[in-house]
Amino acid sequence: MTHTAAPPAVIGVQATARILATRAGGGTALPVLTGDGPFDLRRARPQGDQARVCVLGVMSAPLGGDRLRIRATAERDAHLHVTTAAATIALRGPTTAHATYDVHLTVAEQASLHWLPQPLISTARSNLRQSCTVDVAPTARLLLREEIVLGRSGEPPGRLSTRLTVHRDGRPLLDQQTGYGPGAPGWDGPAIVAGHRAVGQILIVDPVLDRQPLRARLFGDDPATGQAVLTPLAGPAILITALAPDTLRLRRLLDAAHPIA
Amino acid sequence: MNRAALLVLADGRFPAGGHAHSGGAEEAVTSGRVRDVAGLREYCLGRLHTSGLVAAGLAAAAASGYDPLLLDEAADARTTGPALRHTSRRLGRQLLRAARAAWPCAELDALAGARPRGAHQSVVLGLTARRAGLTPLDAAHAAAYESVGGPVTATVRLLRLDPFDATAVLARLSADIDHVAAVAAEAARRVHTDGPAALPAASAPLLDIAAERHAIRPARLFAS
Repeated sequence: MTHTAAPPAVIGVQATARILATRAGGGTALPVLTGDGPFDLRRARPQGDQARVCVLGVMSAPLGGDRLRIRATAERDAHLHVTTAAATIALRGPTTAHATYDVHLTVAEQASLHWLPQPLISTARSNLRQSCTVDVAPTARLLLREEIVLGRSGEPPGRLSTRLTVHRDGRPLLDQQTGYGPGAPGWDGPAIVAGHRAVGQILIVDPVLDRQPLRARLFGDDPATGQAVLTPLAGPAILITALAPDTLRLRRLLDAAHPIA
Repeated sequence: MNRAALLVLADGRFPAGGHAHSGGAEEAVTSGRVRDVAGLREYCLGRLHTSGLVAAGLAAAAASGYDPLLLDEAADARTTGPALRHTSRRLGRQLLRAARAAWPCAELDALAGARPRGAHQSVVLGLTARRAGLTPLDAAHAAAYESVGGPVTATVRLLRLDPFDATAVLARLSADIDHVAAVAAEAARRVHTDGPAALPAASAPLLDIAAERHAIRPARLFAS
């Protein structure tokens, strides 16, 4: 008797959300605002010339096997702000296969994009590969926040891999992958998170930082309350990296370190 | 195949300035995150699979003949803090000086001319390996080994560990070092078609935070 491997069945949801912001008169219009599957996109009240969008998750996602994708573009002179209504919770699905969650952001000349989702929670035995790919034009501005919670209360995280890749004017500005949970050797050790359960980053890309570069700064040094660092990248951008025992203290650190809050 | 050149390049006595650096181990010891041999092992495991993997990928790509200046830019994008970028470039400059004496060639001279303040260490290591007749996998092995060899040697001094215990940490990591080198060399094969985005970009939040903290400590034994 011979065993042949079954072809990998696609189990799970395949869904895409698209947001397109364009300049219109004195404000920003949203000519494309579509989402299927778990994505439900809502317009929020604009703030000045900035259009605001909230992504509602109408079902638990991502589960193992899901393929989720969001594409958001701010065209020339447009200003776009995107949030999510609730935390994204990676759960174990009907298969042990990984889910993917891919975000593509594009910010054109003189445009700005704020990408400020609620935290991503990696639950025990989940398996998620998240990527965020960003292209910014030389005069574009970006504010991006990412918060990760490693397991719900008292449970270990699942398998989680995230990659953040930013190109500015076609050149690499930031390329960073993180791995947590089973399959990421040493993830909970003294080089990576050392027992912390909340990890967060704020990335700011702004051409003004070319003329007024910021110096590296540290925030907090007590493992019980967390620690963070603000570092200038090799380009007009800063990255804040924070580690804390939980989301509440993580957000406090990120807010303290955020220079334009 | 020129295996002896790999031994020369990976030897801790190769005069590339590495002895003045602890690979973040001093800050891990000072802040109490590494207190003993078990902590050292966990530290090395995490460093090997993050910054060690990134360095191995860049070194393998440079050894395979990919443009070192594009790799230098890719290294910047993978090194988020100024302290780590400064350390990497300083070590790269020192390695390049030794490499140009050991394996003189136009390619190493050109890199020194293009990056007078130093190219990233991993890129210099890869280009040196290439000139020494080594393979991309050899270069990846040297970079991966270097990512843990430095912290182990430094921690023996910092914590007065038994050198036999410390060497056992390295020996037990050898399967992980082989694995990291193989993954890095495989990624480097794809760099010629897919560009530097094909290379590993693994990061470690605590290494990034701790490097900046160490850089402002008034009293320290190691530069990084």
